[in-house]
Amino acid sequence: MTSAAFVGYGTIVRKETVRIVRIWTQTILPSVISQTLYFAIFGGIVGARIGHMGGSSYTAFLVPGLVMMSAITNAFSNVASSFFGAKFQRSIEEILVSPMKPWAVLAGYVSGGLVRGVAVAAAVFLVSVAFVRPHVTHMGALIFFIFVTCLIFSLLGFLNGLLARKFDDVGLIPTFVLTPLTYLGGVFYDLNVLPPFWRAVSHANPIVYMIDGFRFGFTGTAVTSVLGSAGILVVVAGVLIVLTLALLRRGFGLKQ
Amino acid sequence: MTNALTITDVRKTYKNGTEALKGVSFGVRGGEMLALLGANGAGKTTLIGILCGLVTKTGGSAEVFGVDIDAHPEQTRSMIGVVPQEFNFNIFERVGDIVIDAAGYYGIPRSVAAPRTETILKRLGLWDKRDAVGRTLSGGMKRRLLIARALVHEPKLLLLDEPSAGVDVELRRGMWEFVVDLNAHGTTIILTTHYLEEAERLCKRVVILKRGVVVQEGEIAELVRASGAKNLEDFYLRV
Ligand SMILES: Nc1ncnc2c1ncn2[C@@H]1O[C@H](COP(=O)(O)OP(=O)(O)OP(=O)(O)O)[C@@H](O)[C@H]1O
Ligand SMILES: [Mg+2]
Repeated sequence: MTSAAFVGYGTIVRKETVRIVRIWTQTILPSVISQTLYFAIFGGIVGARIGHMGGSSYTAFLVPGLVMMSAITNAFSNVASSFFGAKFQRSIEEILVSPMKPWAVLAGYVSGGLVRGVAVAAAVFLVSVAFVRPHVTHMGALIFFIFVTCLIFSLLGFLNGLLARKFDDVGLIPTFVLTPLTYLGGVFYDLNVLPPFWRAVSHANPIVYMIDGFRFGFTGTAVTSVLGSAGILVVVAGVLIVLTLALLRRGFGLKQ
Repeated sequence: MTNALTITDVRKTYKNGTEALKGVSFGVRGGEMLALLGANGAGKTTLIGILCGLVTKTGGSAEVFGVDIDAHPEQTRSMIGVVPQEFNFNIFERVGDIVIDAAGYYGIPRSVAAPRTETILKRLGLWDKRDAVGRTLSGGMKRRLLIARALVHEPKLLLLDEPSAGVDVELRRGMWEFVVDLNAHGTTIILTTHYLEEAERLCKRVVILKRGVVVQEGEIAELVRASGAKNLEDFYLRV
């Protein structure tokens, strides 16, 4: 990385981080509140009646899923709304007229998504400690899966921001894609409790692998092949990087 | 001396079929201050957009200080500073941050950008507003913020797209003093404006665009004299 590119990259990361902190009631707080309610209601009140799920108490089972859910929505929304906002206000032109390289621009915005995804995930995890004592089996798996998941959803958020023409286009994906796939991705139940047909269908849901791999970091057991999932997620991230960079280099959705 | 800008047969047809530029060619000498004039829709902003990388041209070529804008876009963009016609900063950000961050995109670290920003904002009468967010500025202040942002990386070629629109008389005078001073210190300037007396007073040469073609080009004084016009405005109206 040349020093000029590094300064440009650092400028975007700094700006994104300042934005996350400045509007923290919109960026950090909502997920912390909703996940606290999940822990209290599903973990505390309903969970006691459910008993065990996937070999641990229901509350303990919920932790990785709820942490991952926060990471996914926050990484995605951060990049999608910040980048689309810059496009909408046309402040993205500040970057377009500069000599900044497309990869440094992408890296800057994606790092912003990572910052928010990981920050909210950490906050939600801290809340979970009030409900259940954490037990970590594989720290490496936790770090890897949270990182690669935030990376993938930051890239998808960027792609969404690039393709979006109006604000509605940015709200669509979380509502119609992310939320259903996350809820059906094994946040609230162990895939093994599903009938075989729905279990097979669930395996087509990429979020299943992310949550399962992350949960493996806590419990040490997994429904899917953890190494296989890790490999696939790295490939997915790689493909997204190549695709997004190609669009960005062409100025797709940015230049007249 | 190499030309600051050489434009050869530049064309632009927008996706909706509008032919904004139909083969534009002209040169700008290093160190000069050129007026780029033309009616609404003549293609001035389109041409500026092409030079700074916001608009993809559909034909022709352009060189900035001898460097091709397609072959080495990063090199040419670092030599250009642009004051756009429309406000395009983030209205939720502070004035000081907008300027310092802009420097960052050009690879200038904050430690260098901060003192420069102070000098420029003071010069443009915006230093008191450094902590104000963009949204709260008046129209003329916003315009001056665009100028400050365009100068922070010390460009060799400054493209001003109607920089004086909405700026009051007193501040406009200060702004022009500043621009003339920059020019005197070697910055090449292309100025787009609808105030023809300003253009006449500030610039030696003019290029007039009409519906995407260059219809007049030359020294203002000479063009006015040869045509028997009273002044630039009179000449312009005859074109
Ligand atoms: N994004 C766009 N898509 C389609 N047509 C466009 C676009 N931008 C500009 N045009 C058209 O291109 C032509 C030139 O516009 P341009 O903005 O370059 O003119 P201008 O000389 O800067 O005018 P003004 O003095 O009003 O700023 C106009 O006919 C305009 O309608
Ligand atoms: Mg214009």
